[in-house]
Amino acid sequence: MGKQPGVKLIREDGLRHDGRKPDEMRPIKMDVGVLNNSDGSALVEFGRTRVVAAVYGPKEPIQRFVLLPDRAVLRVRYHMAPFSTTDRKSPAPSRREVELSKVIREALESIVLTEKFPRTSIDIFIEVLQADGGTRTAAITAASLALADAGIPMKALVGGVAVGKVEGILVLDVDELEDGNGEADMPVAAAPDIGEITLFQLNGVLSREELEQALEMALKGIEKIVELEKDALKRKYERIEVE
Amino acid sequence: MDKRRIVVPGERLPPETIVRDPNYVYEYNGEKIAAVVGLLDEREKPVFLPLQTVYVPRPGDVIIGLVSSVAIMNWYVDINSPYVAVLTAQDFLGRPFNPQQDELSRYLQVGDYIKAKVVSFDRARNPLLTVREEGLGKINTGKIIEIQPAKIPRVVGKKGSMLEMLKSQTGCEIFAAVNGRIHIQCKNPEMEPILVLAIKMIEEQAHLTGLTDRVKKYIEELKVVRGVE
Repeated sequence: MGKQPGVKLIREDGLRHDGRKPDEMRPIKMDVGVLNNSDGSALVEFGRTRVVAAVYGPKEPIQRFVLLPDRAVLRVRYHMAPFSTTDRKSPAPSRREVELSKVIREALESIVLTEKFPRTSIDIFIEVLQADGGTRTAAITAASLALADAGIPMKALVGGVAVGKVEGILVLDVDELEDGNGEADMPVAAAPDIGEITLFQLNGVLSREELEQALEMALKGIEKIVELEKDALKRKYERIEVE
Repeated sequence: MDKRRIVVPGERLPPETIVRDPNYVYEYNGEKIAAVVGLLDEREKPVFLPLQTVYVPRPGDVIIGLVSSVAIMNWYVDINSPYVAVLTAQDFLGRPFNPQQDELSRYLQVGDYIKAKVVSFDRARNPLLTVREEGLGKINTGKIIEIQPAKIPRVVGKKGSMLEMLKSQTGCEIFAAVNGRIHIQCKNPEMEPILVLAIKMIEEQAHLTGLTDRVKKYIEELKVVRGVE
């Protein structure tokens, strides 16, 4: 990670370093119910970024002091596998992972109907298997699918995607190289069905116009992502067909 | 022809949709919106059926519980729900209980199944159970099968049609509790695995139509293959 001198992020023909158009996302793959032991699970891939999420609950909290009298507590653990990066990552939770766990929890808390199950806890475990940029948005997407798979009531499905600025051009769904060498990175998560933005961060500098344009690009991308989420959920039940 | 479709969280439902469990649908701007993955059945009046639910106890429910720990004056019972139920010694024994002279584990131990009724549950306190009624108490024989609570109505069927078919085909006694546990007692022990397979098939295909006939055929086939009469 970090800036590498002499990296060309936008090619002569206006396409990005991997041949994508500025507003094109990486190939996305989604699958639900990938784990047997959890109540709900999902695997989400954005190009080479690969994230698995598992949901347990609602259940009686293991630590009783965390329970809330009027709603369920959401506990989120975002973790990167030691083999997910080019240099081995220490498996101990880093400052970044603790922070991302909180950010993801807050992005999901506003859409999960936690008041339906007071005094319980809903545990979400997110494991990044392979990191190539955009892991937090992929994590939110996977967690949202896993929650739906677990049958936990939620207002709507959430999807996430990041918009970046590289060499003066706004690009959708930044990867590791663009993130490390670009001028800005703006992850966004939203629930298009109810028109709510649940995560909005910005790292770097964007002008006011660029920010508005970037947000529009992100929301357009999220709409597509949520459509894919819906297909993935429906596919799980359509798979069970009668011979 | 396909009047049954899968809906996902965030999808709008027709305003006249019948909602059996308010936990899984919410209102937004005056519209009914699904909160979980479910089946919208529009063959007659639209009905929304969640495909995955969490059992939330309601007073009056007859459930099958698993004793999870023994305390001094009561048992804690796992009822396949986020909330652990309480069964008091006095209620189970039907007489006052003195912990100085008696030991609760003599009557019910960890791992025992009981059939009980939910007396009260108000979200501020854990559910309270009773066995002081006909047919309730410790389960001594048979087998317990656990399935998704959302699929219990399918095992029972319309006006109990599926349950009747299962009983007549296998000759077993079946009790399906709302918390997702099914108690089966078979006179013929070889019939037990057939019934378990049939119930698992219902759980897996609960969202498909024409299930009763298919399960019936499946049981008949299994009986021939396994040579069970």
